[in-house]
Amino acid sequence: MGKTTAEKIFETHLVDEPFPGTKVLRLDVVLCHEITTPIAIDDLIRRDKDRVFDPSKIKAVIDHVTPSKDTKTATQAKILRDWAHRHAIKDFFDVGANGVCHALFPEKGFIRPGNTVIMGDSHTCTHGAFGAFAAGIGTTDLEVGILKGVCAFREPKTIKFNVTGSLPKGVYAKDVILHIIGQIGVNGATDRVMEFHGPVVGAMSMESRMTLCNMAIEAGGTSGICMPDMTTVEYLWPFISSEFASKEAALAEYSRWCSDKDARFEKTIEIDVTNLQPTVTFGYKPDQVKPVSEIAGEPVDQVYIGSCTNGRLEDLRIAAGILKGKKIAPNVRGILSPATPKVYQEAMHEGLIDIFMEAGFCVTNPTCGACLGMSNGVLAEGEVCASTTNRNFMGRMGKGGMVHLMSPATSAATAIEGKIADPRKYL
Amino acid sequence: MKTFGGPVLFLDRSDINTDEIIPAKYLTEITKEDLKPYILEDLKLPGFDPKGPKTRNARVVISRANFGCGSSREHAPWVFEVNGITAVIAESFARIFRQNMFNCGMAAIELPKEDLDLIFSHAGDEDAAMSIDIEAGTLTMSGNGKQKTFSFDISPFDKALVLAGGWVDYADKNY
Repeated sequence: MGKTTAEKIFETHLVDEPFPGTKVLRLDVVLCHEITTPIAIDDLIRRDKDRVFDPSKIKAVIDHVTPSKDTKTATQAKILRDWAHRHAIKDFFDVGANGVCHALFPEKGFIRPGNTVIMGDSHTCTHGAFGAFAAGIGTTDLEVGILKGVCAFREPKTIKFNVTGSLPKGVYAKDVILHIIGQIGVNGATDRVMEFHGPVVGAMSMESRMTLCNMAIEAGGTSGICMPDMTTVEYLWPFISSEFASKEAALAEYSRWCSDKDARFEKTIEIDVTNLQPTVTFGYKPDQVKPVSEIAGEPVDQVYIGSCTNGRLEDLRIAAGILKGKKIAPNVRGILSPATPKVYQEAMHEGLIDIFMEAGFCVTNPTCGACLGMSNGVLAEGEVCASTTNRNFMGRMGKGGMVHLMSPATSAATAIEGKIADPRKYL
Repeated sequence: MKTFGGPVLFLDRSDINTDEIIPAKYLTEITKEDLKPYILEDLKLPGFDPKGPKTRNARVVISRANFGCGSSREHAPWVFEVNGITAVIAESFARIFRQNMFNCGMAAIELPKEDLDLIFSHAGDEDAAMSIDIEAGTLTMSGNGKQKTFSFDISPFDKALVLAGGWVDYADKNY
């Protein structure tokens, strides 16, 4: 019997099975940010166990509120910064080098096929785009991960999503994942891995695959996973070229993490995207989705382009392609937050930042801030935001505010019209 | 081991998310105790008052499916803990929230919908209370002169975490 990617990773990383069904795994990468890590650090200090299992396997960034906005956030940043320095964690990213964790860490080449990855952040499932098992966990799991380099999981079953057909113009990975969440519901994949297969996924860039895997948690999924292939190798090549004689050799090595042809999935869900429309959420749950044609015209107060879902260069290119030479509607505030300094700089070199600014967008530094209503674009009571982020919970971007999730293309079209708009007429 | 049981708070809706349990703007607090006033602040349910006596006195939360979905923030279990709530009973939980509860030595107990419907029939009782026996795997709902006992199942690992007082102590001893 063949194995799924998650089964292969569990088998090769198993440290202990203290009880049937509970597997303690060795961790390859432990990621940290300044919101969920400081309390773990404080607790370790309190327990007289201020140690780290391996500083080379711990990566840390200040990203949620940065540069710090007040004394409390400055204190959180300082606790993480001092800890990183104290333990010689060299992959620590502070103001000037910091960006949204799930965009920054892959960009640095930290995530490899077959890895086990945890972070005190639910969108850690993003990193499964590299063929890794990557799971969001809480502060206690993070604390044990930092101290011992292990984490306990119930071994998840895997649901296979076979994405076929061809993506119509104006329809992107974001629309595909919103559509999938709409199909299976916000707990449709709880305690499950969501494996994304099929020609549509095979043709996607790593950026698009990260968008897909990023929102696995919005269906309750433990990790999204894409099969490592030549696209994965090409993305990682600057970081792995000294490890392999050729890209083909890297591919051969990484391919062993792909699910076997005869692997047993809990179920397979066929998704044909040929007739998929740009997709937008309408309520307070990510599974409340509609084709853009059914929601176009709804007014918005703010358009936000950024986040770990859609703040990468590919996303900025798509949005800028629609905004070029146009102005955003006078009733709308446009906010662009490139997800990392590299994205920001490349967007600048390509002239994308000029396009956004000439259209009337404010361009912020890379940060998670607005997505969870912490800084840099918080909504007032009763306001509505069209957003490329991943959560539309009531009040998510500010108490009493509403969020419509959508792709960068739909967001750009919405900014131009000041109300939810179909991007296809601008392409 | 923590103590379990006491007055209950009924939250009759599915998909109650972590932003509703503790909004992100309070994640800048450095101590768990500082979260205390903000419990369930953004949850909008008919008749529910996050600052009311039912919330303040509660030791157990009863809810529906997919409780605790959304963010990984352990601030959600913590805000319950510092308010004296050590158990949540629901039809199902989001994975991270459930594990965070057990990792803190608290209990996230799943019951079938039929059992929960019976438990929710006490929602109007002023004296609604629940006793929970983790070792025996039973809980008893009482209110308005009636009581009924239900059995539940938590995994041996989760039970071990409750008995050990949480995952840090367990892992420290075993790994």
